[in-house]
Amino acid sequence: MNALATLTAVLAVSATPALAQHQGHPMPPAEPPATSAPTAAPAPASEAPPAQEGMATMPGMEAPTPDATDEEPGSEPAPPVPTDFAADRIFDPAVMARARAGLHKEHGGSINSKVMISLGELQIRDGETGYRWEGEAWVGGDINRFVVKTEGEGADALEGAEVQALYSRAISPFFDLQAGVRQDFQSGPKRTYATVGFEGVAPYWFDTSGSLFLSNKGEVFGRVEGTYDLRLTQRWILQPRIEAKLSGQDVPELALGSGVSNIELGLRLRFEIKREFAPYVGVSLDRKVGGTADYARTAGNEVEATSAVIGVRAWF
Amino acid sequence: MPDIARRTLLKKAGLLGAGLAMTSLLPAWARSNADGLVRDLPTLSGADIKLRIGHTAWPIDGRHGHAVTINGTVPGPLIRLKEGQIARIAVTNDLDEDTSIHWHGLIVPFQMDGVPGVSFPGIKPGETFAYEFPVVQSGTYWYHSHSGLQELQGHYAPIIIQPRDADPVAYDREHVIVLGDFSFEHPHVVYRKLKQQAGVFNMQKETVAGLLAGRDQSLRDRIEWAKMRMDPTDISDVTGSVYTYLVNGHGPQDNWTALFKPGERVRLRFINAAAMTIFNVRIPGLSMTVVQADGQNVKPVPVDEFQIANAETFDVIVQPTEDRAFTLVAEAVDRSGMARATLAPRPGMVAAVPPLRERPVATMRDMGMDMGGEGGMSMGGMDMSMRNGDNAPQVKLGPGVQMISPMPADRTGEPGQGFQDVGHKVLVYTDLEALASNPDTRTPSRSLELHLTGNMERFMWSFDGEAYSEVTKPIPFRLNERVRVTLVNDSMMSHPIHTHGHFFELLVGPKGRHPRKHTVNVAPGGKVTFDMTADAPGDWALHCHMLMHMHAGMFRIMSVRPLRGEGA
Repeated sequence: MNALATLTAVLAVSATPALAQHQGHPMPPAEPPATSAPTAAPAPASEAPPAQEGMATMPGMEAPTPDATDEEPGSEPAPPVPTDFAADRIFDPAVMARARAGLHKEHGGSINSKVMISLGELQIRDGETGYRWEGEAWVGGDINRFVVKTEGEGADALEGAEVQALYSRAISPFFDLQAGVRQDFQSGPKRTYATVGFEGVAPYWFDTSGSLFLSNKGEVFGRVEGTYDLRLTQRWILQPRIEAKLSGQDVPELALGSGVSNIELGLRLRFEIKREFAPYVGVSLDRKVGGTADYARTAGNEVEATSAVIGVRAWF
Repeated sequence: MPDIARRTLLKKAGLLGAGLAMTSLLPAWARSNADGLVRDLPTLSGADIKLRIGHTAWPIDGRHGHAVTINGTVPGPLIRLKEGQIARIAVTNDLDEDTSIHWHGLIVPFQMDGVPGVSFPGIKPGETFAYEFPVVQSGTYWYHSHSGLQELQGHYAPIIIQPRDADPVAYDREHVIVLGDFSFEHPHVVYRKLKQQAGVFNMQKETVAGLLAGRDQSLRDRIEWAKMRMDPTDISDVTGSVYTYLVNGHGPQDNWTALFKPGERVRLRFINAAAMTIFNVRIPGLSMTVVQADGQNVKPVPVDEFQIANAETFDVIVQPTEDRAFTLVAEAVDRSGMARATLAPRPGMVAAVPPLRERPVATMRDMGMDMGGEGGMSMGGMDMSMRNGDNAPQVKLGPGVQMISPMPADRTGEPGQGFQDVGHKVLVYTDLEALASNPDTRTPSRSLELHLTGNMERFMWSFDGEAYSEVTKPIPFRLNERVRVTLVNDSMMSHPIHTHGHFFELLVGPKGRHPRKHTVNVAPGGKVTFDMTADAPGDWALHCHMLMHMHAGMFRIMSVRPLRGEGA
């Protein structure tokens, strides 16, 4: 059937003297004898070689697997790797060396960057309006990057603000290991920290990150964060978000109890006007827990705060 | 349609204002409503050809984009050569950056191959480089920049080489169809966005709305795929959300039109010069007979549709007998857009443009783990996990390797993603059979396996887990040795792999008549095997022709030794 199809096709295209003529002299004299050398034939039969061959060796759509028609290759070892450059024989080797450096840069060696504002929002709660931001920027190659992270919040005063400067290294297909320093900037007591952490995409597409902070006063703190993009449509995306803060010890100065100090749950609905620019609305629930909650109660502060949020997620 | 008709009429009127200024820049064969190519009337030909590379504001569908052009047009001028002649082509660089021209598929001495840093230093601004090489073959080819991302900005053009002897393909008229993808954003910006956010250009992802409407994967499959962090809708990295797809430099609204007389045998020479796009090509109402692939004649294969990967060429014969227009559709493989042209007996005629078909959804087979149905995690004692280094010991398992296909299949007999229920004949590689006997039928003396590796999340691409920027050694070949090369795709994306300076025999079809190609698309999770005779001394590029994959590192050098004049 395949042979028939081939024959039909050949007939369709070859109803001209040109093909007939070609088919009559298909083989250059120097060519080694092939298994299927077509024989010269009168014009009407000149389409026959493919068909004959087809019947003999079954070409076409259900061709036999390569192994059936081609012998296994030998096991000769690969030749030694040459250390010279062919083009250096024609062109100035110094000029070629510069071109080779450029070639490396152009094929995997490029430096890229990104600035990401993941949260830039107003928080409205109990008639009070606060603000909050969280973002990061990186510059570098595929493996090694310099990362700056910042987050903070406030109402009238800056209640919490920090900047981290990190070296980031890709350690697996989905995760980066990060280490560096963090500096607090808010009004009130501040710290400087050494930090180590990770950032990456966990199975099921959870964006996750975690950090450990060692302060200049010897305290240890931690933080884990996770978000998930639930794609309602191509542009409407619902993002649940969870963040937990931890303290390794009781720190009266910062009103932090030992253990989990703070849990935040968020739900934000964004509309991606462009992938790079998405306004959003949502809610954010912030709750102090354990010893930290006790500190808050003692000071007469709220333990829990629920905010309506409105903001913009953007990157470039 | 009225808009298109009016536009066409305006074009027909022709000698009007600014329209003419741009149109007249185009080579005749690429003008809208161009009368077909006359076989012996080349656009640029002869012993001395001069090309200038420069910047041009290029009009596409009523907008102007910044293009890097050859002699002022996208594509550049068609070069017509004759087998047996000496080609002398002087290329002058009017850019303020280096440029180059690679003669894609042409067998030339290594120093004329046009890859800066491999074959020559490149062409500096203001300089002229004189290419000179014997033309030792015939068929449909093309040429393009191998510098930076210039090709992505329009620096490409076709080559037709007339055979020394009678052409075995009979035709009354021919048209060159150069497919392209053009972004009004600079390709460096497009590339950076891919590095910044995976899937940034995919506007056809799976959604909750789609789930509720019963589209795409079931909830169970979605959870299974999410666990693996694989996106089944990741078919193309750059899509119609940023690309306008082109036929001979024109957008779908421009509607480039090729003329025919009913009953004529029309040869269409398709060249996929797109940077990041695989096209599915069809002409509703017409059967196409494939007669050539990558410049090499093949036994005729009648098809209704064919897929053309980046850098491949296919010549087809169509024979429209009706006195009516036909739409030529080149649909992007992810169905996010199309290039469109018209075949018509007279200028100004149009035919219906079919809507885009539903975009494909990847399967386990696209991850190289098709176990004939259920995607379990073990089979017959084989480790079927997604990233087991034992399944590819040569691969450096770094952050740039997201997966190792546990069971890569030979997919050369499959028509490609999205063709499962298409209901008509689609070309597959196993349909191809060389018209002439293969020049070298020796059994290879050794074999070589290369893994096509990457990380879709980080947009990292490489061979064997190492981007070219990390590689210090070339892949060595002995002059004239014959090697069986297997390319294993350890990713869920397609990779059209191109060998410079060499054709290879794809191991499909009967022995001695394997199709000879310069570029082969390795399907997601699949593998391809070919035999190659390393008969061209020198250093040669080997790379993925998804140009942003190449730019990300999917590039190697093949070194064939000894060089001429050296002892063995």
